[in-house]
Amino acid sequence: MTDYNFAYLDEQTKRMIRRAILKGLAIPGYQVPFASREMPMPYGWGTGGVQVSAAVLTPDDTFKVIDQGADDTTNAVSIRSFFERTAGVETTTATTEASVIQTRHRIPEEPLTEDQILVYQVPIPEPLRFLEPRESETRKMHSLEEYGLMHVKLYEDISRHGHIATSYAYPVKVEGRYVMDPSPIPKFDNPKLSDMAAIQLFGAGREQRIYALPPYTQVVSLDFEDHPFEASKADHLCGLCDATDSYLDEVIMDDQGGRMFVCSDTDYCEARRAAGHKGKDAA
Amino acid sequence: MYVAVKGGERAIESAHAWLAEERRGDTDVAELNIPQIREQLKLAVDRVMAEGSLYDPDLAALAIKQSRGDLIEAIFLIRAYRTTLPRFGASDPVDTGAMACDRRISATFKDLPGGQVLGPTFDYTHRLLDFKLAADGEVPAAPTRESVPRDVPHVTEFLNQEGLIEEAPLDDTPPPDLTREPLEMPADRALRLQALTRADEGFTLGLAYSTQRGYARNHAFVGELRIGAVAVEMDIPELGFAIEIGEVTLTECETVNQFTGSKTEPPQFTRGYGLVFGQSERKAISMALVDRALRWEELGEDNVGAPAQDTEFVLYHADNIQATGFLEHIKLPHYVDFQSELELVRKLRREAGADQVQEAAE
Repeated sequence: MTDYNFAYLDEQTKRMIRRAILKGLAIPGYQVPFASREMPMPYGWGTGGVQVSAAVLTPDDTFKVIDQGADDTTNAVSIRSFFERTAGVETTTATTEASVIQTRHRIPEEPLTEDQILVYQVPIPEPLRFLEPRESETRKMHSLEEYGLMHVKLYEDISRHGHIATSYAYPVKVEGRYVMDPSPIPKFDNPKLSDMAAIQLFGAGREQRIYALPPYTQVVSLDFEDHPFEASKADHLCGLCDATDSYLDEVIMDDQGGRMFVCSDTDYCEARRAAGHKGKDAA
Repeated sequence: MYVAVKGGERAIESAHAWLAEERRGDTDVAELNIPQIREQLKLAVDRVMAEGSLYDPDLAALAIKQSRGDLIEAIFLIRAYRTTLPRFGASDPVDTGAMACDRRISATFKDLPGGQVLGPTFDYTHRLLDFKLAADGEVPAAPTRESVPRDVPHVTEFLNQEGLIEEAPLDDTPPPDLTREPLEMPADRALRLQALTRADEGFTLGLAYSTQRGYARNHAFVGELRIGAVAVEMDIPELGFAIEIGEVTLTECETVNQFTGSKTEPPQFTRGYGLVFGQSERKAISMALVDRALRWEELGEDNVGAPAQDTEFVLYHADNIQATGFLEHIKLPHYVDFQSELELVRKLRREAGADQVQEAAE
């Protein structure tokens, strides 16, 4: 496809996005407004991530896209083929081979390295949004570091349910300053955010915000001393690769209540099976 | 046996092929062409141009064909195409006072300079299905008469001479550009109007209607509604003067709103304004009503908490491309978030169940 610039966006737009990314990296966890463009895929389907990826990709990059941890879910397939067409970059499903990874709702199980960039698709970048719907108010709350409302919400959860009733998009505090939405990753993934070697970039297209975590940034999941944060997952082994340490999807097998648990990170699972690991449900 | 969710790629390709076939429909029926859509579904074309923010009837017609008549999908196609276009510059403001009006009516004066011109309107048609049209769409030519070129001044100018309507002072500040800068609050009127002119017609209509039913009622009269062609001129730096580069059809609505005065403003008529690409009366009037409702603060009115007064609410939810994208994204897989919710609900239920068992035992 030669009608469009490398990676679809024109260079001026990429420059504008790169500026927002650099600002985001300079102020970890701060939401930088940017003039998000209409992309040829719908808002809410990864346009923020796609714009960030387009701005950071170079012709030498190897690109990986996952949705729910999997490379072959339909929207991941669609975004991958978009960049194959418009940027002609090499693509891969192997986490270790990718230099740029765009993700929706997961962080790969394989630890990332300093040579990698992880790009998150973000639906609602504002962690305070469901406590205060007004953008003008929430921006004020961030600038005054006024996060009491969030703690009250978490406290009310505990008093009502005995637990913090947030299982994904669990809020974090970045370097002791900004409260940040880690995108709807399961809270199982939250510990991976902190001290990560790779650059983490977050793009919200519809909401026109970019934010970032530079390598080795301290990221703490909000909690209380007597109710410490706990990363949780289904208490099972992967049925295919026997992994004990990976986040699991539950798959319904029949209408008799039969179900199995499998790694949501398909590359991780395949690599383990290739190495000879075998779960109880593997054929 | 668990079947891995492979084959997404093949499924997508097949789905697209099926979609293309469905779009074409029964091949025994002649295919629609772009000029047919452009000429005979003109109001659909106009809506796609207005909300797509791109004035190009042929492209809008193509988008309607490609989207199988789903206008929001067509608007999306136009928006996505529009962002790839280079920007050469900005035109001079168009002069709607010099509009070649096809239609021009005022609801506030029985007659006025320039006259009342009904134009091609559905207004007084009886909404009876015309079965003859199903068989034969040919119509006799409409009667014509020699047109007399004359000035068609804006109605609000007459009121202005008497000082009865609020001043709208000339302001040459370059307006902000919604398509080049992120929408941020507070939004001034220029930005609000920009957002409203490309806002979803249905959403804008609903909001405008809510003001009429008492949610921030602002007593609007249609001072004037005009539809017609205006020249688009652009300053060419090399030439040192403006030249006409084309013509666009616009619908403009100015409402005159009763206003008994506030702490800061004297009693006077106030203004609401709507300007939309193409022939889009419903949208232009709706826009003017919503514009007026959003002006409560500068006019020193009370905020009664109505949705149409809430700039953030209106502007952040008026764009149908943003709205439909986010709404429809919930069709995407959410296994991971759902799984974490499953774990949580199971855990809470386990504990709640244990409590109940214990209570029963006590």
